[in-house]
Amino acid sequence: MNFDAIIESLPMYATGIGTTLQLLAVALAAGLLLAMPLGIARASNNVWISRPVWLYTYVIRGTPMLVQLFLIYYGVAQFEWVRLSVLWPLLSSAWFCAVLAFTLNTAAYTAEIIAGAMRAVPYGEVEAANSLGMSKLQVLTRILLPSAMRRALPAYSNEVIMMLHGTSLASVVTVMDLTGAAREMNSRTYLPFEAFLTAGACYMLLTFSLVGLFHFAERRWLQHLAPRKNSFDVSGVVLTTAPRI
Amino acid sequence: MNVLLRAVLFVAVVAIFAVFSLGADAQPKKVRLGVEGAYPPFSEIDTSGKLKGFDIDIANALCAQMKVECVFVQLAFDGMIPALNSRKIDAVIASMSITDERKKAVDFTDRYYKTPAQFVVKKGSTLEVTPAGLKGKRVGVQRSTIHDRFVGENFKSADIVRYTKQDEVFLDLASGRVDAAVLDMIAAQVGFLKTPQGKNFHFVGPVYDDPKYFGVGAGIALRKGDNSLREDFNKAIAAIRANGIYKKIQDVYFDFDVYGTAAATAAAAATNATAKK
Repeated sequence: MNFDAIIESLPMYATGIGTTLQLLAVALAAGLLLAMPLGIARASNNVWISRPVWLYTYVIRGTPMLVQLFLIYYGVAQFEWVRLSVLWPLLSSAWFCAVLAFTLNTAAYTAEIIAGAMRAVPYGEVEAANSLGMSKLQVLTRILLPSAMRRALPAYSNEVIMMLHGTSLASVVTVMDLTGAAREMNSRTYLPFEAFLTAGACYMLLTFSLVGLFHFAERRWLQHLAPRKNSFDVSGVVLTTAPRI
Repeated sequence: MNVLLRAVLFVAVVAIFAVFSLGADAQPKKVRLGVEGAYPPFSEIDTSGKLKGFDIDIANALCAQMKVECVFVQLAFDGMIPALNSRKIDAVIASMSITDERKKAVDFTDRYYKTPAQFVVKKGSTLEVTPAGLKGKRVGVQRSTIHDRFVGENFKSADIVRYTKQDEVFLDLASGRVDAAVLDMIAAQVGFLKTPQGKNFHFVGPVYDDPKYFGVGAGIALRKGDNSLREDFNKAIAAIRANGIYKKIQDVYFDFDVYGTAAATAAAAATNATAKK
């Protein structure tokens, strides 16, 4: 192990982490914004609304993100009219293409997560809301969505971590993210083990931080679904006050 | 009966081993060569998916000269030295320039060709090839190459964009994502400028061949201490230079001697002059 080379490259990795987090944050925010209406549409009983979303998630989830990224970055740039269009300043940026691919990707997965969570809301809750005379919109905004968003948390935390790892693809279209930093160090020092091990350690640190954040969020918003503490268990035996022998 | 059966089995097993060991002796030595397949005209994939190019032809000629069986392993350029040192391949024939920096990690044979480097820009571009002229301009370069190091140290003010493959540099140069590219002159000439994609582009600025960056030419990289293989390759390079096979291969791709430094530089300068017209 050549620790000097790692220490020398640390500033580059720090910049890389910044880029990676930036890619992740923008893609997740935009993706979630897109996924909300898509998820609601996907859970709709009307096939004219749910089918198009099904097609979208089917196509996106059925193809690798790397292929989607290549299509957006190199594929679209092949056409002259694209290069002459008003969108070219955006599409010519590798960073934008990466964020676009990641956003479309996470939107598809998140839409499915939200739709699944909406279907998992106990029907009794919806019936109760109906019997109180709530409108469809009120049921959606007051009962279905709050309940579904909470239930979606564990699955969504997985999606966030998958996206963090997915952002490493940005380095193949010249974005200098964390993986880009590792490739750069590798090409300067010819020490692939040190270079990618450092990147791996950074990703792991980021992953654990995200897991911690979601753990905190789940304790806060999913308390009602957690196993009961300080109380009776199902068999009726008092747990906390039981004397230890 | 039992004894007879055992005897027969014994003879059979011995015979099988004998055949196998004979076979092993008769087989030529296998050498795994790392090649790139994305650096025309030196190394590329033709329409039927086969490797072709100057590097590939030279490699085949050297293997024939050395009487060894060569297996091509296609790798990305920045993965060559790691693959060599982790014993996934035995030698690299990928237009790899011999530099002091690389010599810390691997050994090299004698050179098998040498060409200088130059900037390529779109015709009509007013870009000046100076550190001030390239300030903030996007310059595409293949990662890990000598050109990468050269532009990184001499044009620090430029916004250097690094690609895994030379093809990708050409794609982004053509689409205008990068303002200029710096690369090997022959690779630029044959791989880009003479193709429909690169017809609106040309060379600008000085021709660079400073041995500090561009070394003494391209050699075959080998693991450190693999001296017998290096000697074999050196002898084979000298042999194909002497017996005319090298010239025959070179004539397929270039209309000048790519081996000699002076000749290559002069020819490159001449083609540059015509490109400017």
